Amino acid sequence: MAQTLFEKLWNLHTVSDLGDGEFLLHIDRIFLHERTGGIALRNVADRGLDIRYPSQVFCTMDHIVDTFPGRGDETLMPSGRDFIETTRAAAQAAGIQLFDIRHSRQGIVHVVSPEQGIALPGLTLVCPDSHTCTLGGLGLLAWGIGSTEAEHALVTGTLRVHKPKTMRVAFNGSLPAGVTAKDMALHLIGKFSASGGKRCAIEFTGQAIRELSVEARLTLCNMAVEFSAFTGLVAPDEKAIEYTRDRPFAPGGAEWDKAARHWRSLHSDDDAVFDYELAIDSAEIAPSVTWGPSPQQVVAVTGEVPDPELETDPAERNSMITALDYMGLEPGTPISDIRIDAAFIGSCTNSRLSDLREAARYLEGRKVADWVKAVLVPGSTPVKRAAEAEGLHEIFQAAGFEWRESGCSMCLYAGGETFGPGKRVISSTNRNFEGRQGPGTRTHLASPVTVAASACAGYIRGAGMAHSRKAG
Amino acid sequence: MRTFNRHTGVAAPILRSNIDTDSIIPSVEMKTVGKKGLADGLFAAWRYIDRESRKPNPDFILNKPGFARTSILLAGPNFGCGSSREHAVWALDEFGIRAVIAPSFGAIFHNNCIANGLLPAKLPFKQVSAIASELEGNDPNGEDTGHELTIDLEKRCIITPTGARYRFDITASDAEMLIRGLDPISLTLQHQAAIEAFHLQDCQARPWVYLPHEH
Repeated sequence: MAQTLFEKLWNLHTVSDLGDGEFLLHIDRIFLHERTGGIALRNVADRGLDIRYPSQVFCTMDHIVDTFPGRGDETLMPSGRDFIETTRAAAQAAGIQLFDIRHSRQGIVHVVSPEQGIALPGLTLVCPDSHTCTLGGLGLLAWGIGSTEAEHALVTGTLRVHKPKTMRVAFNGSLPAGVTAKDMALHLIGKFSASGGKRCAIEFTGQAIRELSVEARLTLCNMAVEFSAFTGLVAPDEKAIEYTRDRPFAPGGAEWDKAARHWRSLHSDDDAVFDYELAIDSAEIAPSVTWGPSPQQVVAVTGEVPDPELETDPAERNSMITALDYMGLEPGTPISDIRIDAAFIGSCTNSRLSDLREAARYLEGRKVADWVKAVLVPGSTPVKRAAEAEGLHEIFQAAGFEWRESGCSMCLYAGGETFGPGKRVISSTNRNFEGRQGPGTRTHLASPVTVAASACAGYIRGAGMAHSRKAG
Repeated sequence: MRTFNRHTGVAAPILRSNIDTDSIIPSVEMKTVGKKGLADGLFAAWRYIDRESRKPNPDFILNKPGFARTSILLAGPNFGCGSSREHAVWALDEFGIRAVIAPSFGAIFHNNCIANGLLPAKLPFKQVSAIASELEGNDPNGEDTGHELTIDLEKRCIITPTGARYRFDITASDAEMLIRGLDPISLTLQHQAAIEAFHLQDCQARPWVYLPHEH
């Protein structure tokens, strides 16, 4: 019978059918971080249980750790040090691989795992972090779990999972010039709502997906959780296989050939049936930005703030009114008239080398507006080193961006650093929830190049739009 | 683990959609490396006028008279979306919430509920609103227990003060985990032989998956 990619991956990892749609799945890799990893490891130890496959478990410091140059274990969050020290001690006691603060492979968990070849096509990988779906861009079944589930995975090497339904989202045709994977994600969520993914395992297909780089696929899949998907997936092709080659934890030699042969079989059969199908004409996607505190509140950078009075659904209208109040915006305001206080490039969505190159290409020879605080946080220490080898840090610094150590940083307030209450931030991150970047901070999500262009204009601006405000 | 069979308690409506786990417990409220001490941070951005002084916001439902002993939440669709933080469930649990009734839940939040003995009861929004309307105006401190709902998990049934019954949705396996208070790790370890057999054949089929102990 014809199978989807998801079904192939699911069957490949099924240990037992537990009935009632629940399965016991084998977990190939577990990745932890200091925010929730320390708790899971400590609970396992406190219960006197052992980790089943310690060599398959990894841990990094990213969520709480400081990103200021010269950082140590201290953080702006008062108890941050406890999380870091607890996690370090627990990881060492458990005998798992830890990418500690000064480790050359340290970085944001979902940037590190493909970069190091820990995430490989065809695997199952779980992490107590909702953006684990990012890794689906490389063709593996990866999803976010809670701390208790992480304990289960550590002890048993398996998870009990209800089999999700399947959805295919086809991005037909090629993307217009200047449109990125981030714009695809925002457009999708804006068009079909933040619950449009219906808790499905989503496979992204179509010409625009085939044309994306692996890093761009990771960006798109990163936001599958904002679409309420179980996870996102892109079938591994030659690009994905080549991406994996020679990574530190990837197979080599004869094992590589065997693995690559297996990966080439991982695609949906031609006549496979999905529970849901969505299609998007890629030509209609524009550089996009969010205007409210939900990822579905999306508009093109050339558009304007929508009017709740024109919304027919009463619940939706109410949430739009609350959104405008939180964001301090008036309906009908052109997006390009929205003045920003800060610009942030970073996070598991958009902090890989390709993101930095794209932003730097725009910033070369330009300056950030003098009222804008601009911060760039590379996704990992290897990304930072590679960017420095290309001289990108000089471009960012000359333009007026701070150049930081890697970590989650101001994507969320976990490390205790924020742009401040009422401050308006254009951000290459994934969540614009109320208070996500700190109490009262107003977040507008966009691609790295839109963040760069907005930082220079001091107003929200697409890279293709006139640089100065109200030009002419 | 704690069991969930039949529960009666005060129900509070927060009928917004997409209530994310950052709203249920903001990052800054997750102060300790553990599952305790989180109730004070529950809904902190909405519950307090000023986070520092902890001055309560009188307009927020859990601060209204009688609602301090709320044990059931009525909510809009996609409750618990966003961050995987299990702290959201731990904070709800420590506050005294035993069940959330909503049309749908964030997938990770849902699993975290089951893992902690908290009931995520699925009910269409029209019916959630109907229950909220029936309760509206009743005094939660009144002797008629006007703001209390009874949830019977075995019968998948919510009973309102007027005796109206609503049938909610939950999978049989999730219900059994809650009713019997089962520990998933112990349950899974009963499949030890199957896990072992899978591992042996998988080491042959996909040797590159299994990493050596020293990298």
